[in-house]
Amino acid sequence: MPGSFEGETVTRRRFMSAVTHGSGGIAAAAFALPALGFAIGPIFQHLKWSWQPIGPPSDFTEGTYAIKVITIVQGIGEAGNSIAYVRTRDPSIDTQPETEYNKWVALSSRCMHLGCPVRYVAAAERFICPCHGGVYDFTGQVVGGPPVRPLDRFFTRYNASTGLVELGPRYSVNDQLEIFSPRDPAQPLNGIGQYMYPRRFDTNSFPPGV
Amino acid sequence: MPKFPAPPLPKALQPPPKRPSENDVQMTPPEIAAEAGITVVDWIDERTSLSGGIRWTLFRKVPRGINWAYTLGSATMFAFLNQAVTGVFLAMYYDPNVNGGAYESIRNINDNVFLGQTVHAMHKWGASVMIILIFLHMGRVFFFGAYKYPRELTWIIGVVLLILTLVMGFTGYLLPFDQQSYWATIVGVNINGTGPFIGPYLSDFLRAGPEFGATTLSRFYAIHMMLVPGLIAALIGAHLYLVMKLGISAPPWIKAEELPDLRKADV
Repeated sequence: MPGSFEGETVTRRRFMSAVTHGSGGIAAAAFALPALGFAIGPIFQHLKWSWQPIGPPSDFTEGTYAIKVITIVQGIGEAGNSIAYVRTRDPSIDTQPETEYNKWVALSSRCMHLGCPVRYVAAAERFICPCHGGVYDFTGQVVGGPPVRPLDRFFTRYNASTGLVELGPRYSVNDQLEIFSPRDPAQPLNGIGQYMYPRRFDTNSFPPGV
Repeated sequence: MPKFPAPPLPKALQPPPKRPSENDVQMTPPEIAAEAGITVVDWIDERTSLSGGIRWTLFRKVPRGINWAYTLGSATMFAFLNQAVTGVFLAMYYDPNVNGGAYESIRNINDNVFLGQTVHAMHKWGASVMIILIFLHMGRVFFFGAYKYPRELTWIIGVVLLILTLVMGFTGYLLPFDQQSYWATIVGVNINGTGPFIGPYLSDFLRAGPEFGATTLSRFYAIHMMLVPGLIAALIGAHLYLVMKLGISAPPWIKAEELPDLRKADV
């Protein structure tokens, strides 16, 4: 664009308006970008999970589940607690290869339909969700209702120094009980489900300690 | 005899020119008192010219045949104003503390604060009233065909307002922090999470982390009392401006008056 003088490539008016708009944009970005980063930061924040003792091995049997109150989030009282259903591994029904972390089977009480708490009914050997009627069998596999995958599990280990069973990070499983990083309820992991609902940035890597 | 002009005074010594509001009529104190309101309004109008805007806003031509269904938009706005006013005063007592403080502060509002139960109930039931009214208003606009040219942008802003109102309902439901609101929020966030590809990250954003945590409640509270109400107020302003600019559409059963000359003109 021709200017006021010979050889000028940009007019003063154009230059001044560009400077004004540019500095206004920089001023707006100076508060907007940090605020936006502050708001979406938790998505990338890694949740630290500590191993928590849930009792001596004598608390658990193969035939039924023991109810253990666990802490999901520290420091927020009752709202941070949840329940794990724990039993000793039974090789006749738990056909996955035994590792250091699955000598006790710990199921999350979180329903895989929309996250309500399931209750174990010993007489029926079923987990039943009060919200929308999800039903799971003894191993946590879906046998009825709307849940999209089996109940989540926790890694467990034996701490020889204290003599207690400890409960570690939560993980999700698909219908073949293959291990995935923890997903939210209502996100299926069969077939293309594991790609439609990808691993999040703030969850744990598996297996623990590796 | 010709009169000489007065010698020019220096600028500093000249008397200031009279303002239009100053006149020479001497008024008695009762008359001044009677004129006080007009004087104040005149003083403001002389400096702002607001009276033209108020005339433009309020003294509009409306088509023949409008009825009570046309008041649903105003009714929705008054429901929003009710929510805004009661919400501000509830915020004076509410404590978004996830460790028992939130529930206790609501219990305190209901049990101890003077008129607390009334104001809380106005906010709680007013929320449902606003949702009902906004859907009735949308139905009126849809079935009367009032969304058509040139009012499409008014409709689009209205849809955004509807979504924001539902966001208000979702975020406000958690705040009493009893069992019902806690589990309803768990379910609602997990429904958000079913959106493919971005759902899991959207859930993390809403909860401020992978689990319902210490800042989830305060995050919902900030969205509920500051972010979304500001957006709603701004969009209501744009919505109303368009209603005034474009005028109100006639009900579909009112036909345009047919002028015989116009009919002949073969347009």
